[in-house]
Amino acid sequence: MAIRRKLIAGITSLLGFMLSGVVQAAAEMNMRPGVTETSIEAYDLHMLVVWVMVIISVFVFGAMIYSFIFHRKSKNPTPATFSHSTKVEFIWTIIPILILIYLTIPAVKLLIKMEDASEPEMSIQVTGSQWKWHYKYLEYDVDFFSNLDRSLKVDDPNYLLAVDNRLVIPAGTKVRFLVTAQDVIHSWWVPDLAVKKDAIPGFINETWTLVPESAAGKIFRGQCTELCGKDHGFMPVVVEVLSKEDFVKWTDQKAQERKIAAKVAAEAAAQSWDMDKLMTLGKTTYESKCAACHQVNGEGMPPAFPALKDSAIAIGPIDGHMSIVVNGKQGTGMAAYGPQLTDAELAAVITYERNAWGNNTGDKVQPADIQAFKAGN
Amino acid sequence: MSDHHPTGITRWLYTTNHKDIGSMYLWFSFIMFLIGGAMAMVIRAELYQPGLQFVEPNFFNQMTTMHGLIMVFGAVMPSMVGLANWLIPMMIGAPDMALPRMNNWSFWILPFAFTLLLSSLFMEGGAPNFGWTFYAPLSTTYGPPSTDFFILGVHMMGISSIMGAINVIVTVFNMRAPGMTLMKMPLFVWTWLITAFLLIMVMPVLAGTVTMMLTDRHFGTSFFDAAGGGDPVMFQHIFWFFGHPEVYIMILPAFGVVSEIIPAFSRKKLFGYSSMVYATASIALLSFIVWAHHMFAVGMPVAGELFFMIATMLIAVPTGVKVFNWVATMWQGSLTFETPMLFSIAFVILFTIGGFSGVMLAMAPVDFQYHDTYFVVAHFHYVLFPGAIFGTTAAVYYWLPKWTGKMYNETSGKIHFWLSMIFVNLTFFPMHFSGLAGMPRRIPDYNMMFADFNMWASIGAFGLGLTQVYFLISIIIAIRGGKKADEKQWEGATGLEWDALPSPAPYHTFATPPKVD
Amino acid sequence: MTEQVQKDENKKLILRLIAIIGGMFLFAFALVPLYNVFCDITGINGKTRGQALYEKVDIDKERVITVEFLTNINRGMPWEFKSMVKSIEVHPGELNEVRFYAKNRSKFDIVGQSVPSVSPGEAALYLNKTECFCFDQQRLNAGEEIEMPMKFYIDADIPEDITRLTLSYQLFNITDSVKVEAVATK
Repeated sequence: MAIRRKLIAGITSLLGFMLSGVVQAAAEMNMRPGVTETSIEAYDLHMLVVWVMVIISVFVFGAMIYSFIFHRKSKNPTPATFSHSTKVEFIWTIIPILILIYLTIPAVKLLIKMEDASEPEMSIQVTGSQWKWHYKYLEYDVDFFSNLDRSLKVDDPNYLLAVDNRLVIPAGTKVRFLVTAQDVIHSWWVPDLAVKKDAIPGFINETWTLVPESAAGKIFRGQCTELCGKDHGFMPVVVEVLSKEDFVKWTDQKAQERKIAAKVAAEAAAQSWDMDKLMTLGKTTYESKCAACHQVNGEGMPPAFPALKDSAIAIGPIDGHMSIVVNGKQGTGMAAYGPQLTDAELAAVITYERNAWGNNTGDKVQPADIQAFKAGN
Repeated sequence: MSDHHPTGITRWLYTTNHKDIGSMYLWFSFIMFLIGGAMAMVIRAELYQPGLQFVEPNFFNQMTTMHGLIMVFGAVMPSMVGLANWLIPMMIGAPDMALPRMNNWSFWILPFAFTLLLSSLFMEGGAPNFGWTFYAPLSTTYGPPSTDFFILGVHMMGISSIMGAINVIVTVFNMRAPGMTLMKMPLFVWTWLITAFLLIMVMPVLAGTVTMMLTDRHFGTSFFDAAGGGDPVMFQHIFWFFGHPEVYIMILPAFGVVSEIIPAFSRKKLFGYSSMVYATASIALLSFIVWAHHMFAVGMPVAGELFFMIATMLIAVPTGVKVFNWVATMWQGSLTFETPMLFSIAFVILFTIGGFSGVMLAMAPVDFQYHDTYFVVAHFHYVLFPGAIFGTTAAVYYWLPKWTGKMYNETSGKIHFWLSMIFVNLTFFPMHFSGLAGMPRRIPDYNMMFADFNMWASIGAFGLGLTQVYFLISIIIAIRGGKKADEKQWEGATGLEWDALPSPAPYHTFATPPKVD
Repeated sequence: MTEQVQKDENKKLILRLIAIIGGMFLFAFALVPLYNVFCDITGINGKTRGQALYEKVDIDKERVITVEFLTNINRGMPWEFKSMVKSIEVHPGELNEVRFYAKNRSKFDIVGQSVPSVSPGEAALYLNKTECFCFDQQRLNAGEEIEMPMKFYIDADIPEDITRLTLSYQLFNITDSVKVEAVATK
């Protein structure tokens, strides 16, 4: 009898270890350890809990399996009659408490560490909106939107995980993120950094990361993790880590790009654009920036995304049309495109909307008009 | 005992009989289960492969939202009320529920509430698309027009649940047969009594939440709108204050069912009856102080996160006690493995697995990596499907002979069990991995790295769905022409319904209360 | 027991239960002020309090705290809005002033509301504003610009480990809610 019991215990233990072996070995099925101190500690804590749970299940399920075999009616026709034992109840209350205390201690330590954003070396404001991220570097004159790169197809390894402008941070630097939102609640998550923080409209949250120098040159990808509407699954988070020197070069480069873009925009604004030129640029701008909600055919998805075809705004006063495109509309999904598009693109897309799909107002909006509108003239 | 009963449609419209009402709840919940399941099929069809094949993202969000709402409020909760109605009076030796006419109302509100909710799919702007948790401001400022109908539907369903809970409490407190002290009641009655208290405490809070949503949307308030001085995070606090006890409302009656079935098929009394009562009460009490474990990423201060983490881990203790007590009940019993027992055993094993992922989720620093990913989806589907639903399924197989006088076909029952067992694990176990790999919740399309897990989950889901249709057919066959059942169908069954009533139980039972020693 | 006694017992219990239900419904609404009071006392959601009075206290010249300012403009708000300084270094107990610039660049009269948020949340408890444009709605006519002062001091008993706090203002267009007639003045 004792041998049989040992045998059963052995088999169940073996099964348990096999199971945990599967868990361990199939690394691609497991959470990734990531690259930062906190992400690795989080991974370690995760594995600790998994092991503890596996061991507990070996005992509990082992006992059950034992019963199925040796306490079935055919093998044990006379059931025992006990139905309580204070001693046993005490034991299986105390032991779980001790196990939980054992798990809580490292959890408390790690939590306090992860929530300590003090003494950062630089800060970046992260703003979520439907359905893109905006990054603003507080110590550098760099800010930009980060949109899903929709050109990648399903079989691309970075499908749904690539953007037009990545967030770039320096390695070996404690970077603080100030996370907020413009419309609904979003959530900013990079699994390899173990950073996740909700982006709440009207409030700022802070979190931080410190990527070791060894990860310089790598790119890390995450996604929005709070349901935020139609394209919740289409607003990835992509972080590129550069060495400190390369990062400084990058910020300089960005400042340069900004100057050049301003110059180009000014030149474009100075010109007078003809209808063809406006409609061409307008169509491409519309289809890449507006069609996701307002549809290529301008019919939108009412009531959340109004139709532009035959719409009062697209056919009515130009001022109202400019206002809504440049400034957005509060309480709706219509973001302010003033900061997201050049004056030429804004002029072109508004012209396009006023003339496409049979709207045919014949209006032309010049980049200079947009410039004047933004300045309040 | 009288078996005379009315006939025709008006029988069902006007009935105040707990057996009739119990049957209506059970059938209603099963229809809702199939509808919610159909929505899950749409979700899993879209998620079968990466890329958008079948539905638009906005419609996908409507499917996930409605699937959640219908399963929680239309399938699980009413099925538990159906069991309560059928079983509580019989188990305590009462002739009916304390408030039979209110009982009728409680049921009949539901078809109206859910017709309203389902009709929102055809309204302009579509059905609610903001998740069953309807966080503000996505649901307030940005919700479609149907949101207001959703609010009305929630109010109606909430009133139904509250009235049902009142009925259970008054029945259990005031209508037990002489000699049936509280500590002699079957555990199912205890778990439902405690559930009823949870319901009357938190359903009104849900009502308050959706009312605040309504006034934010239409009456100029700014409870959840930062522009007006409000706070979207406050929505989450108020919602989860309801939401966490809600998940215990969904599971406690299943604990009760399993606590009846396992002793019967072990031919041994439930181990540690009083511990089971105290553990259930502890779980219910603790459920009020853990709500913010759903909100670890929201920007709470560390002190708050620590408190909620520790309180949540504490709930594992009484839950563990219950699991150990079920195992100890089986230990050295004389086990047989008819269908109710198979579902109950699967409940214990798979609910425990769901509990393990729950402990993992409770640990805040790692929760940052699990929160709002498929790891959470795996966790709650384990505790709800092989948890609550298997519990109800076990109950149906166990008590069907008592309710209908007919036995189900044991082979069909076993087929249903094994198919469900295989498919439920095939559907939901891979979700642990897609979550760990980084797949967020509530997305209609995903990167290749999540593809295999999603494929298995979808295959499992299709199989699981078909299996439930098989279940429906086999139950209908049993009710219409199954073998005649015995008064005490199960050798090890105990309780008034088995010892003192024929099968089927007559329309009116215990007009004279039985003597209980 | 007799049917009448049974009915009376039931009635008593039902009334008690309904009282609990009504109480919990009111509790849901009471959670709103409760939440605000809780946040006020602990500062945990980063919301700042209302107007404070400056009492002359000992200025802790040993400690330096960096206060940085962020401004965000919500959609539908065609104003320019920024702080005149990105950040300042202050001593606890000392009254400081920072100015914010706003300009209504549209052709309409607009009413704005700034909503402050502090990070880390706990620091909000120790930030006292004696004067702030965020206390009131701000109306700017078309083309109008304004410099708005914000005066504050930090409590001397702010915990040692807080050395920096970030004060963010998000500016919302609330013209519709105050039903101001948006008249084109150009």
